[in-house]
Amino acid sequence: MIFWIVGFWFVLAEGVLIYSIVRYRKGSTGAGTRAMFLRGDTPRQLAWIFIPVAIILFLDLAIDRAGASAWERIKGEIPPSDVTIKVTAKQFNWNFTYPGPDGKFGTADDITAENDLHVPAGKVVKFELQSEDVIHSFFVPELRLKQDVVPGRKISGWFQSDIPGTYEIACSELCGFGHYSMHGTVIVQNAKDYSAWLHDTWPTKFAANSASVKAN
Amino acid sequence: METAAEQHHEAPAGFVRRYIFSTDHKVIAKQYMILSLTMALIGGFTAYLIRWQLAWPETDIPGWGPIGPDNYNAIITMHGTVMVFFVAMPFLLGAFGNYLIPLMIGARDMAFPRLNMMSFWTVFTASVVLTISMFVPGGPAAAGWTGYAPLSDNPIYTGVTWGQNLWILALALEFGSFLMGGINFLTTALNMRAPGMTLWRLPLVVWMELTAAVVFLLSVGPLIAGALMLLADRTLGTGFFRPDRGGDPLLWEHLFWFFGHPEVYVVALPGFGIMLEVMPVFARKPIFGYRTMVWSTIAAGLLSFIVWAHHMFVSGMDPRLATPFSVTTILISVPFALLVFSMIATVWGGSITLTTPMLFALGGLATFIIGGVTGIFLGSATTDIFLHGTYFVVAHFHYTLFPVTFFGGFAGLYYWYPKMFGRMMNETLGKIHFWFTFVFFNAIFIPLFAVGTHGSPRRIYELSSYTYLQPFQYLHVIATYATIGLFIGQLPFIVNFIGSMVRGKRAADNPWDANTLEWATTSPPPHENFEHIPVVYRDPYEYSVPGENEDWIPQTRPEPQIVYAAAD
Amino acid sequence: MSVGIETASHKAYTEGETTGIPMGKIGIWWFLASEVMVFGGLIGAYVLFRIANGGWADQAEHVNWRLGAINTLVLVTSSLTMILALSAGRSGRHQRAANFLLATVLLGLTFLGIKGVEYSREIAEGFTPASGMFWSFYFLMTGLHGIHVIGGIVFNATLYIAAVRGTLWSEHHEDRLEFAGLYWHFVDVVWIFLFPLLYLA
Repeated sequence: MIFWIVGFWFVLAEGVLIYSIVRYRKGSTGAGTRAMFLRGDTPRQLAWIFIPVAIILFLDLAIDRAGASAWERIKGEIPPSDVTIKVTAKQFNWNFTYPGPDGKFGTADDITAENDLHVPAGKVVKFELQSEDVIHSFFVPELRLKQDVVPGRKISGWFQSDIPGTYEIACSELCGFGHYSMHGTVIVQNAKDYSAWLHDTWPTKFAANSASVKAN
Repeated sequence: METAAEQHHEAPAGFVRRYIFSTDHKVIAKQYMILSLTMALIGGFTAYLIRWQLAWPETDIPGWGPIGPDNYNAIITMHGTVMVFFVAMPFLLGAFGNYLIPLMIGARDMAFPRLNMMSFWTVFTASVVLTISMFVPGGPAAAGWTGYAPLSDNPIYTGVTWGQNLWILALALEFGSFLMGGINFLTTALNMRAPGMTLWRLPLVVWMELTAAVVFLLSVGPLIAGALMLLADRTLGTGFFRPDRGGDPLLWEHLFWFFGHPEVYVVALPGFGIMLEVMPVFARKPIFGYRTMVWSTIAAGLLSFIVWAHHMFVSGMDPRLATPFSVTTILISVPFALLVFSMIATVWGGSITLTTPMLFALGGLATFIIGGVTGIFLGSATTDIFLHGTYFVVAHFHYTLFPVTFFGGFAGLYYWYPKMFGRMMNETLGKIHFWFTFVFFNAIFIPLFAVGTHGSPRRIYELSSYTYLQPFQYLHVIATYATIGLFIGQLPFIVNFIGSMVRGKRAADNPWDANTLEWATTSPPPHENFEHIPVVYRDPYEYSVPGENEDWIPQTRPEPQIVYAAAD
Repeated sequence: MSVGIETASHKAYTEGETTGIPMGKIGIWWFLASEVMVFGGLIGAYVLFRIANGGWADQAEHVNWRLGAINTLVLVTSSLTMILALSAGRSGRHQRAANFLLATVLLGLTFLGIKGVEYSREIAEGFTPASGMFWSFYFLMTGLHGIHVIGGIVFNATLYIAAVRGTLWSEHHEDRLEFAGLYWHFVDVVWIFLFPLLYLA
């Protein structure tokens, strides 16, 4: 939507400008024609610039209103989540800590993996970001997800990806000489593949706790 | 402090007093100009290194050699720091502000000539410090021109020790220099105006320089505080920005951007001012809406203080701050839209001659429009989630800063060169310079908008490991070829600038038939600017007044203002 | 038919006095405005930080509020002597003005002396800028203020010497006393903010 609004005004402004330059070249309307003496000091003349600006202001505020509700949904309240993962950024790696089948952090079945983030498709995933050193930024372009990771703070967010696939993670805040190589992957899996991954990662737990697997 | 009012002395004798340690604002302005053009060579060279590395990462860069990832971060840091603080500021404020303000208000010099001299030598020292920082052990600062902590705060994160400290020192000196300059500009413009030069008769470029000075004076303080804190963190063991010592990295971001955002308007407004001086002269038409422009300028200056967190939407600050800052960001687009539309309206209906200054002014306007509209995408917090930290931002700010600094600045240079140096520049070379610059500038940065929209992060040494970006690598190659074209296009300018000084046609007092006071004296002006202080009777933009023989009326012509039938 | 607009400057054009305010005064005010933003940035950061981080009472209780109070008195008195110097100068009592200037300089040095005593005690007790966030702010803010005090003392001392020699009392140079006064009052006002925020809170 922004694109069309912006595009319209861009074309209009450049168009008038180019037209003026071409049309009002000296001598183009006959030798000796003077420029118009327009000072823009009367309301009628000023209306030519104030009215377009007022329209632009109105449209921009409309953009903001539309954006505000989306912003609230993305960055405001985190909806009830099915899966929570701790994301730790450090020079120059993404580490993902899974709570494991018991669903709690800080217990024996937690696993920390480097660079690969497995999540189920179609479910709300909550992430908690921490940094071990400098500011990084958790950016998954294909999911339109971005949140800076600041040392000394725990920052939470969420996402839900309905389409299975592998999506690249990039760091989008300069974090040192390895910033360019700080990659990761979000692996969004359908129910079957995700379940298989859970089994592979926690083989003993899953064999013993088949009840909790069904609950998940 | 002796003021210029008391100094009616002969021009100083001796090479050193005339050209090196001079208190003459015209000489100081030229010193600023030469400094900024020289630093532009450094800034441009870093751009060349960056662009080559991005297009062809596995190759060595001709004329330099291979770049490692830590060098790359230092190079991008130097590029930003040099261009903003040591090119844009000295060129637009130091050179043009110093040269024009006394002449355009009808004064003999600045209010505090010795302070003026000190301000130049301070920024010169700052440039030397920054240049030295490029050669110290550990290399120059490598945390970006924005210097986010803790990356900039703790040497273990970058391996840079001296370089980052010298960076802080260079910036502190630069801030001090422009504080001195700002005080000078404001005092001069308030107190040294010629008889009849009311504030409402000031040329717009003077209004812009003054607003920029005020905005700079009032916004730099918190960053000076921040710089002191950063230096203390690095040298005294304090922990202002270090979480391991109880500090908060976001404090740096707030302090930086509280200054950083007004700073871009400090640079943009004078650039606009120059365009607004050039356009009426070569369209032979008054500025459309002079008073509206003045109020817009002041409004933009004021609003610039309340938008800063739009750089921080995803920074981890409280998300509830996003909407208010989005709204203020929208509001600040209003005065700029008024300025842009007024410029278009000034040109519309004119009798336009496309001289080199006019081409640069119009080119600056046309390209700034792109910068302005792309700001809408970034100012809306939600779309910024995706675009923040990508090449879209890089393209956006190059489409705002480059038009005002480069196109605006060169419009001014070509326009006032006859006044400054007493010679005319070569029009053909000027036009070649313009077209090369215009075409290749767009060819560099339009591809970068595309790259950014596809999610490419910025400040990345090598993009080849990002599989989702590989289809777009060709855009970087195009941009790099265009960069080379842009540099080649500067050669006509260098030849023209130097050559015209010795071989250019001698300039008349007023080669452009313009109204403002600087054209009412010789080219170049004598040491004390005017033989007699001019008396001002009218405003600066009386071009093509109906019923007049000439299509221009200088501000000094003593007839009363003509009453014209406002037939609209 | 409108005539060219007349301004005050049309009638009596004195070069450099369009607003009627002396140039140095305008210059000093703009300088002080920028300084307000520097200290404002520091003080603002300090206040927000302190509130957000639980008050730092444990660290703050180690500053010597008595010495701080004495110093406040010293500085306020020095502002008074500065005003007296200016008023004496204006009424032509040059010797009196010089004496008051000297008093201002001496009081300024006293301020620095007491501050030095405080710093050495604090460091001896193990409190350095690296000892915690409160101390980082304390040393940076009082240190920056102290540097400004030194600058003011130097400026005032230069004027004192000029006063004694008689070179201060020409028409334009006399204004310098007023500018120095403005600057000195600013330094005083900053302290008046720092004292309660650092010593009494």
